[in-house]
Amino acid sequence: MTDPILSVRRLTIDIPLAQGTMHAVRGIDFDLKRGETLCIVGESGSGKSLTSLAVMGLLSGKLRRSADRLEFAGIDLMRQKPRTMRSLRGDRMAMIFQEPMTSLNPAYTIGDQLAEAYLLHRRASRVEALARAVELLGKVGITAAESRLSQYPHQLSGGLRQRVMIAMALMCEPELIIADEPTTALDVTIQAQILRLLADLQREMNMAMILVTHDLGIVARIADKVAVMYAGEVVEQGTAREIFDNPRHPYTRGLLRCIPVPGKTKPGEHLGSIPGIVPSLVGVVEGCAFRGRCDVAAPSCADPIPEQKEGAEHAWRCIHGQAEEGAPA
Amino acid sequence: MLAFALKRLGLAVLVTLTVSLLSFSLLFMSGDPASAIAGENAGAADIEAIRTLYGFDRPFLVQYADWLFSALRGDFGQSYYFKLPVSELIADRLSVTMLLGVCGISFALLTAVPLGVAAAMRPNSFIDRTALFLSVMGQAMPSFWFGLVLIVIFSIRLGWLPPSGTAGWQNFVMPTIVLGYYAMPAIMRLTRAGMLEVLGADYIRTARAKGASEWRVMFKHALRNAVVPVVSLAAVQMGFMLGGSIVVESIFALHGAGYLAWESIGRNDLPTVQALILIFSMFYIVFTFLSDLANAWLDPRIRVG
Amino acid sequence: MARTIDTAAQQIRTASPAALLRRRIFGHYGLLFGIVVLATIVLIAAFAPLLTAHDPYTQDLLARMKPPFWMAGSDPDHLLGTDHLGRDYLARLLYGARISLAIGVIAALISGLIGTAMGVAAGYFGGRVDLVVTFLINVRLAMPVVLVALAVVAILDGSLQVVIMVLGLLLWDRFAVVMRSSVLQVRDLEYVNAAKAIGCSVPRVILSEIMPNVVNNLIVVATLEMAHAILLEAALSFLGLGVQPPTPSWGLMISEGKQMLLFEPWLIAIPGVALFVLVLAINLLGDGLRDVSAPENKG
Repeated sequence: MTDPILSVRRLTIDIPLAQGTMHAVRGIDFDLKRGETLCIVGESGSGKSLTSLAVMGLLSGKLRRSADRLEFAGIDLMRQKPRTMRSLRGDRMAMIFQEPMTSLNPAYTIGDQLAEAYLLHRRASRVEALARAVELLGKVGITAAESRLSQYPHQLSGGLRQRVMIAMALMCEPELIIADEPTTALDVTIQAQILRLLADLQREMNMAMILVTHDLGIVARIADKVAVMYAGEVVEQGTAREIFDNPRHPYTRGLLRCIPVPGKTKPGEHLGSIPGIVPSLVGVVEGCAFRGRCDVAAPSCADPIPEQKEGAEHAWRCIHGQAEEGAPA
Repeated sequence: MLAFALKRLGLAVLVTLTVSLLSFSLLFMSGDPASAIAGENAGAADIEAIRTLYGFDRPFLVQYADWLFSALRGDFGQSYYFKLPVSELIADRLSVTMLLGVCGISFALLTAVPLGVAAAMRPNSFIDRTALFLSVMGQAMPSFWFGLVLIVIFSIRLGWLPPSGTAGWQNFVMPTIVLGYYAMPAIMRLTRAGMLEVLGADYIRTARAKGASEWRVMFKHALRNAVVPVVSLAAVQMGFMLGGSIVVESIFALHGAGYLAWESIGRNDLPTVQALILIFSMFYIVFTFLSDLANAWLDPRIRVG
Repeated sequence: MARTIDTAAQQIRTASPAALLRRRIFGHYGLLFGIVVLATIVLIAAFAPLLTAHDPYTQDLLARMKPPFWMAGSDPDHLLGTDHLGRDYLARLLYGARISLAIGVIAALISGLIGTAMGVAAGYFGGRVDLVVTFLINVRLAMPVVLVALAVVAILDGSLQVVIMVLGLLLWDRFAVVMRSSVLQVRDLEYVNAAKAIGCSVPRVILSEIMPNVVNNLIVVATLEMAHAILLEAALSFLGLGVQPPTPSWGLMISEGKQMLLFEPWLIAIPGVALFVLVLAINLLGDGLRDVSAPENKG
């Protein structure tokens, strides 16, 4: 067994608001090994983007982060100075964002921005950095890479810009790459290409990858492990197989009912949906946050929920699961 | 880019022509310019002679065309008061006003941009509030009064700076501050607002994710984008400031074109006033034209299009 | 991330719009200060004859240059002293508020009418109308305001009416710019198209559908231009080419005090502070109104 490259225990993020503290992320745990892909799924506002920003140390100043453990390659990220975090970011851990249209600086050329990512961490000349940029642009499938260097972001399409963002993240061969909904802003056909590219590069460079998404179709194709987030908590996690074949948490089951399965879902048949809305996370949050929308909720759901486990990886936070296996289908 | 520049140039020329027409017609607003030149004691024959001499008997548009073509050659006619070519009179004075304008805008930029950036980096902090306070004060303070207050403090009480004159650099210190302080609030507010907007942009997060230092994020990634509107505002303000130099120059008796304009208005020396209005307008037109070009050049979306 | 915070804020936002507006107004100290100070100055201007027994024009050459109350040798009958002609400085200051306010209000009204008509026409009709208006705005901006105003006032012989007219005819540019862009923003909204579709006349669409939605911006510009007009009048009068003596204009008082700058700096300090406070109050009112009507544009 190798040590995990990223190990997170009881990560908590609080947002102070005028009306009180919002507990946006409430004590989540996960581990990730080199070469593994972890998909974090959940709806908007479940805290998945905040979690990835917290790992990178990119949370904005007002947000408060705490954790029992937040270790990257044996480095305790909670105790590092901003300077050390800067030297890790873009070098050993990199991030790809949701909005390729606005994530590149409009005032500088592609070449400038790619080279900057390299020069910030490597002693190299500009010529070497640009050569590295050409190499990576080729790797992410951009043709005529040299001629792209002098182009500005506004001259590229969304799909191309996201490829550039990926190339930029990979300039220094990071050990961990975090992709925060990298394809939501793109056309459906481009989405598939970009995801395949990410998955291929991850395997080729043996990186650990966190992919944040709300698209379970994507998860099914590339995840090794899955963490399902709801209202700031990981309600269930396990290997992709465990989550898809044997979901235990009612929320996970609800999510899975929402995806159409080719051949199984009949045309015209209603897809599942989960009624109700996510509860407010401002103030004290107790018990299971999903109980208001859950069709198997019981009075004890208002009490603290123990974590249940099965095997080495599969874990969920629900009073159900073990006893009533498969009960509410 | 070239098409853009040509279009702007065409607009600038049209605006210049319109302003020249307006400033030329100023001469006829007072009624009969011939009797104005002749003075109160002149007889009808004298007035008629002057009318013919200056060509006031010709149709308005002919006179305008005549004046315009002479002006294009740098000939703005004779000053009624000095009986000298207006162009000679102005040439001396313009350099003083331009020097004052450059000093004023530099002072404004050098104080307002750093203050605006600092305020944006820490919104609602002490420095943000101080900057806001200074800009609110600056917008409400009449510049001529501010000038007098400076004279009382630095010339009368402390005796550090000369209250008036055009002798040396000391004479430019207070006028620079007064003129610059007038332009500062707008520049500072725009820098702050621009920086705040840019700092929330996705590409700033990208720069941080690359591992860029705060300093680099602020000055390479943010300011470069926030500065574009500031550049055009500064150019526009420069044009306004030269037009506003008349107040400042008259407080400090700084013998520039603004001071000349003030004197000439008092003396009813209309050819000089006309020429100065046209020249000050052209400063504004040229500066806005240059700022449009600078803007286009700074923004790759326009430059490489 | 921002989305998370927004949803949270939305969940808690239960107060009614009226209550929110009230809270915003009373939470905005600048706006409160502006309202209180401006109201005070308006009252002072309106009741000037009740507040002082002196006439601002009566000269008393035996009681010249009496210092104000905080200096030695002051006369309790003349709280703010007397000027170089022995006129009561407090009376001149109080009556001067009338001049400044009249100039601010009327000049802003005239330029507001011109600028709004031009801006609304340009924004609503677009096309050639817009081209012409934009061109006129460019021409107006190119002309140096102080210089042109000085020249025109001098040619027409300065009187209060002339100064107000000239300023009114010169300061319409910002109205036109702001109204044009505000109208452009609402011109193609659903309810405007709906009004057009049911056959409302153009004036009706403009007056009842468009104007109510841009009137916020109009008021903000009006306050700022009022301040601008007051400052310009003071500058013109200070340069001796605006309102003519013996009118108690604050700018003129500063100009007259300038002769005595060396010995009696209080002569410029008093009207200067008055001018500053008035303009500050109007500006704070304008900025405050903008923040309160559109808090998202704060900055």
